[in-house]
Amino acid sequence: MTLLFDAALVVVLLGLAAWVVLARNAFAAVAAFIAYGLLLTLAWLQLHGIDIALTEAAIGGGLTGALLIGAVIRLRTAPPAAPATSMTLALAAIAAATTTAVLAACVLALPDPAPTLAPLVADNIAVTGVENAITAVLLAFRSMDTLLEAIVLLFALVGAWSLGADSAWPGRPGFAQSAPPNGILAYLARILPPIGLVIGVYIFWTGADNPGGKFQGATILAAIWLLTMAAGLTDAPRVGSRWLRAALVAGPLGFIAVGVFGSYSAGAFLALPPEAAKPLILAIEIALMPTLTLILALLLPGPPQRTSS
Amino acid sequence: MTTPSGWLLVAAVLLPFIGMMVGLVAGGRHAARVAALVIVAGLAIAFATARTVLDASQVYLLGGWAPPLGVALRADGLAAAMMVVVAAVIAGIGLYARRDFATPPGVTEARAPLAFWLLLLAVWGSLNLVFVSGDLFTLYVGLELLTFAGVPLVCLDGRGETLRAALRYLLFALLGSLLYLLGAVLIYGAYATLDIEMLAHLVQPGIVTWTVLALMTVGLLAKTALFPLHIWLPPAHAGAPAAASAVLSALVVKGSWFLVVRLWFDVMPAVVTFDAAQLLGGLGAAAIVFGSIVALRQKRLKLLVAYSTIAQIGYLFLMFPLAFDIATGAMLHGDALTGGLLQAASHATAKAGMFMAAGLIYAALGHDRIADLGGVARALPVTVLAFAVAGLALMGLVPSGAYLAKKLLLGAAASSEQWWWTAVLQGGAAFTAGYVVLVLTRALRSLPAPLQLATKVSRLSEFSALGLALLSLLLGVAAVVPAAGLPAGLISNPLAPKELLPTLLVVAGGFALAATLARRPLFGDGPWRRLMTAAGTGFENADALLRRWPTASLALIILAAAFGWLLHTGNPA
Repeated sequence: MTLLFDAALVVVLLGLAAWVVLARNAFAAVAAFIAYGLLLTLAWLQLHGIDIALTEAAIGGGLTGALLIGAVIRLRTAPPAAPATSMTLALAAIAAATTTAVLAACVLALPDPAPTLAPLVADNIAVTGVENAITAVLLAFRSMDTLLEAIVLLFALVGAWSLGADSAWPGRPGFAQSAPPNGILAYLARILPPIGLVIGVYIFWTGADNPGGKFQGATILAAIWLLTMAAGLTDAPRVGSRWLRAALVAGPLGFIAVGVFGSYSAGAFLALPPEAAKPLILAIEIALMPTLTLILALLLPGPPQRTSS
Repeated sequence: MTTPSGWLLVAAVLLPFIGMMVGLVAGGRHAARVAALVIVAGLAIAFATARTVLDASQVYLLGGWAPPLGVALRADGLAAAMMVVVAAVIAGIGLYARRDFATPPGVTEARAPLAFWLLLLAVWGSLNLVFVSGDLFTLYVGLELLTFAGVPLVCLDGRGETLRAALRYLLFALLGSLLYLLGAVLIYGAYATLDIEMLAHLVQPGIVTWTVLALMTVGLLAKTALFPLHIWLPPAHAGAPAAASAVLSALVVKGSWFLVVRLWFDVMPAVVTFDAAQLLGGLGAAAIVFGSIVALRQKRLKLLVAYSTIAQIGYLFLMFPLAFDIATGAMLHGDALTGGLLQAASHATAKAGMFMAAGLIYAALGHDRIADLGGVARALPVTVLAFAVAGLALMGLVPSGAYLAKKLLLGAAASSEQWWWTAVLQGGAAFTAGYVVLVLTRALRSLPAPLQLATKVSRLSEFSALGLALLSLLLGVAAVVPAAGLPAGLISNPLAPKELLPTLLVVAGGFALAATLARRPLFGDGPWRRLMTAAGTGFENADALLRRWPTASLALIILAAAFGWLLHTGNPA
């Protein structure tokens, strides 16, 4: 039964992937991409990668899908791309087939059982005070990568903002949204936020010991905020707002502060003294949460486009 | 183990990032002030790091966790040298940009200045991370940071044309990042560690490592814009504001280049084969010829400088075949690597100076048409001098860093009996001379009436361009500093016949190329010129073809296959 399910999943995934590449209509390709992301979530669940499944659903399918829909809407007026010549298609097919064959040969050549750091993580996890091994890797053993990834997101937002018009600086991102006050969108935007808030905070909170964490939780909170923005109930803050900017850098700067504290209390930057490891990890996550929520949500409306609400 | 001064590496990476965040909150005019403070502190950190690395390589175990569980930062001589060069160039660009990216009076904050100062710091921290990271995944994050910091610099002026260039850069660079990431994933699957020092002992030739090295190399070449993967470079580097062009051309491409060096020399030195190294050097040689000829055919100065960057990137790859040791079948740290590093340092300083000078000429004239540069040498003597000095430094005149690099590489070519690279090294300088001569003959032409300048250029900007160019021209003095550890007798009397003759030949070759290939005749027409012009048009058409998406993607895949094949056939495991 499981085998049958897996086989079906693989076939549909490959079919959707082909559809994304071959579809002539951008909107159809994006729709297929979102479906592909959701099915990939199932594939990760089948592989027992629950944390990855959650991230794939939130970021891969969800947020990326929303960004792509936004891009398609902006591209409505653009002329369609010229169809590829059959020569190009044939070359692309050969190149893709060769690449797949080589990568398959590499995967088959990897040692079996796969060498892994999992036992080493298990031996050291007690010191970190958390129980979810992925959280331990992300916030203790390799916390530098997590810090830098948060900074990457900040770069992305600054980059997106820098595309705005000079006349709209430092105004509000995106276009003003409005929806019929009694329509379904406004209704959902009033009903869903409390539920989303609880789920988002729960997924964030449980991440210390169970699958979940700040990234997935922040995406849910960002989605809720975007929903209220789309319904015209809230508006994106001005990019010049001091409060907004302070919240944007609070996460990474707080993270660095914890790191510096570690260099005094535990002998190395980003080290966690064992007795205070869990509270410090929580402090990092709590500091990052608003930063990630704001960045993920504000990437969607993009650069500042208007000076007033 | 963490070394006593290891914390300098953490500071070198995080200080620019902290400055960027503080600048964002402070906003407006404060962003430039924060950047100035960070530049002063960052220079001190870079020099302090270099000072300590002279005694011993520095290591910092982040969080106190040793690899493979944790991540280590390491600085060897290579990393420290690059950190110093980048710090110096950032400081020069920071001085240059004070005028161009000043917040205009009357507003509290303007978009382009704020973005520029934040992104300048962002690029700096990302580069330092690439230099000191000892872990392949942290290096991937460094590449991502560098891409996201670099791409918005292309389109700071907000014109549609530059937006297109930025998007093209972003897409091609992301393709390169993904290839790199794919390689990192395969490495982890095979060896369960991403730590460079551990991998150096573990990695064995085999289908996985051949594929990994081929994928990562080609991905990084796409980000470095090595010919024929230069699809994104000319519009991006020529369209950006001058200070941003200097950052992109002098510094950002060095990040991915440095990673190729790390991979070939430190991660998988034993996987590399003679043939694969020859291919990499061959691409470099092709880049020199192709980039220089297309540069000579340009109508606009900034495009000429952008194509000259393509040629100069080629130089950075000539050291790979020369560092391959046939006896041990591995890449060796030695004179060839030192030469490559010097090449990178002299290019970073000279190219920054050259782009700045081109930007000043553009600002002063209101255009940068090469044919109409007449009179500019009289109107902007310091700027034209900066351009000329940068050009001489790139050509490798005594005592420039490029001269020293050439000496070291020629020595390596002789000792490894690869005479064909001698020809490339000697001939390449004539191509560089070609476009320098072209620009200078136009700029030195005098007009009957003095030029009316569109704007007055800033003295500070002019002198920072000249400063960086002079730095490149005087880099060869490093040979007499004992701490640099260079072989003795590299610099000899530049007026001795043995030295003077090659220099004269290079300049003469440059004149010949400029006279026959430039769009407008320098000294008159003739059958030779018609023949060469036809050849030049052929190169331009080839360039247009290579810079189309299908051709560039195909070239990328063919190159990956070629590298994989050459690693495989040379390495029967």
